Amino acid sequence: MRLDEETRRDFPILERVVNGRPLVYLDSAASSQRPRTVLEAMVRYYERSHANVHRSIHTLGEEATELYETARDRVQRFMGAPSREEIVFTRGTTDGLNLVADAIGHTLRPGDEILITEMEHHSNIIPWQMAARLSGAVVRAVPLAEPGAAAATLDLDALDRLLGPRTRVLAFTHVSNVLGTVLPVDRLAGLARDRGVLTVVDGAQAAPHMQIDMSALQCDFYVYSAHKMLGPTGIGVLYGRRDLLERLEPTRGGGEMIKEVWIDRAQWNDLPWRFEPGTPPIAEAVGLTAAIEYLEKLGMARVAEHERALTSQAIAELSRIPGVTVYGPPPGRERGAVVSFTVEDLHPHDVAALLDAEGIAVRAGHHCAMPLMRRLGVVGTSRASFSVFTSPEEVSLLARAVAGLGSAL
Amino acid sequence: VTTDGRPGARLAGAIDAGGAPVRRGVLYSDVIRERWRRPRFRGSLPDATAVAEDVNPLCGDRVRLTMKVEAGRVVGARFTGDSCAICTAASDVLAELLPGLTPDEAVALGAEDLLAVLDADIRPTRMRCVTLPLSVMAAALRSGHP
Repeated sequence: MRLDEETRRDFPILERVVNGRPLVYLDSAASSQRPRTVLEAMVRYYERSHANVHRSIHTLGEEATELYETARDRVQRFMGAPSREEIVFTRGTTDGLNLVADAIGHTLRPGDEILITEMEHHSNIIPWQMAARLSGAVVRAVPLAEPGAAAATLDLDALDRLLGPRTRVLAFTHVSNVLGTVLPVDRLAGLARDRGVLTVVDGAQAAPHMQIDMSALQCDFYVYSAHKMLGPTGIGVLYGRRDLLERLEPTRGGGEMIKEVWIDRAQWNDLPWRFEPGTPPIAEAVGLTAAIEYLEKLGMARVAEHERALTSQAIAELSRIPGVTVYGPPPGRERGAVVSFTVEDLHPHDVAALLDAEGIAVRAGHHCAMPLMRRLGVVGTSRASFSVFTSPEEVSLLARAVAGLGSAL
Repeated sequence: VTTDGRPGARLAGAIDAGGAPVRRGVLYSDVIRERWRRPRFRGSLPDATAVAEDVNPLCGDRVRLTMKVEAGRVVGARFTGDSCAICTAASDVLAELLPGLTPDEAVALGAEDLLAVLDADIRPTRMRCVTLPLSVMAAALRSGHP
């Protein structure tokens, strides 16, 4: 059975009717929908086990702590991290990247270089600009290999040149949220490691769609969100190599992240709690556990296979439409579950609004990647993105609707 | 039709029994289509006395407005920019409404004045497409003579 046929009924929201049409949800790269098991796990937690974690010496407190720390174990296994101490819960990808940039930023000196890429989401640009402003470091970017609409891959020769003696950090996306380009994390991490450069990977568009394995990727930090992988909003994961997390100073203080406190000083808690001040997102961790269980039951290899087929179909059907430009790697190359496109003489927001009138939800605009938009030479694109529940029929509905847009405005 | 006649208010108030927003009317009215295809006031005034440009952070839309103010009245306005159909049509309508107004009267124009001409149901998420030219106009008049 096809994956969407197997999973569709698990997602209550897919029963929605939008503008008189059954919802066709093609915006999972912005935020996926979640299966009933995730929703039920969170409700069950609130109805039966909620209390604050770690210091509540009563039954509910113990249950909540157990559920929260179990989530950490599940995440560790899901992403092939060597130890649970390396899994820090955050509020999401943006929060995780800010945490890392802030902590590393405090170790930078004037003239140090932070290397990012032209295809980054703003959340992997701005925190580094902030770190640079505070420390006197400089942000530089690896350019794309080709200009204009053909741009899809990084210029690896330029990367090699830009990794200089002052480079301290290489921060890059695993999968581009606009182009779908999959960057070779292990290779980039290897290049950086040879030169003593730390690697920070934005895995927001990878974790929901492919098997991720820290022992194979060999990066220093890896960050993603639960809400793009069938889990709840408000929680994300920061993986950090243990020896590095031990060396970095926490930059946010509060309860839970300390062992002992005096009026003028404190001793930090052990990893990973040192980086988790305050009451954590407990129900969200419970929901994340359920999301991981759901994905693992399907099998990440099957998930990747399903979405690869949908992506190839979307590229093929959209490319055939006169006036439509499809961005990203050419067919046959590995790519994530997103397809960005523009329609001649139509603004991306108008494309999205016209598709919405047919019940089809796509994302439109700059996708929080303005430097990339400039490089592509467009104000924005429309983007369809896929998940386990997306069907080939929905992809065809999108293509038919896009084909009819020429006369719509 | 609404109590105060504003399409925006009509939309915001339209909630069905299930709690989901209902869209009535059309987003892309004939006026919006026509002004998007054939804007009447696209361009720039070479002898402008007030100029401003701004971007909608939501979508990256950019509107640049050039205006000429003479003897205390706007005598001409033109716009350029990269923008969606709604923003383009709103800019075009604004440029048509401006001549003859004093700067104070111009700044007093609101979204409802543009919406009345656009004749469309604009959802809250797209309202900035309508108001962007208004804030650019206000900035231009504040900037005074370039």
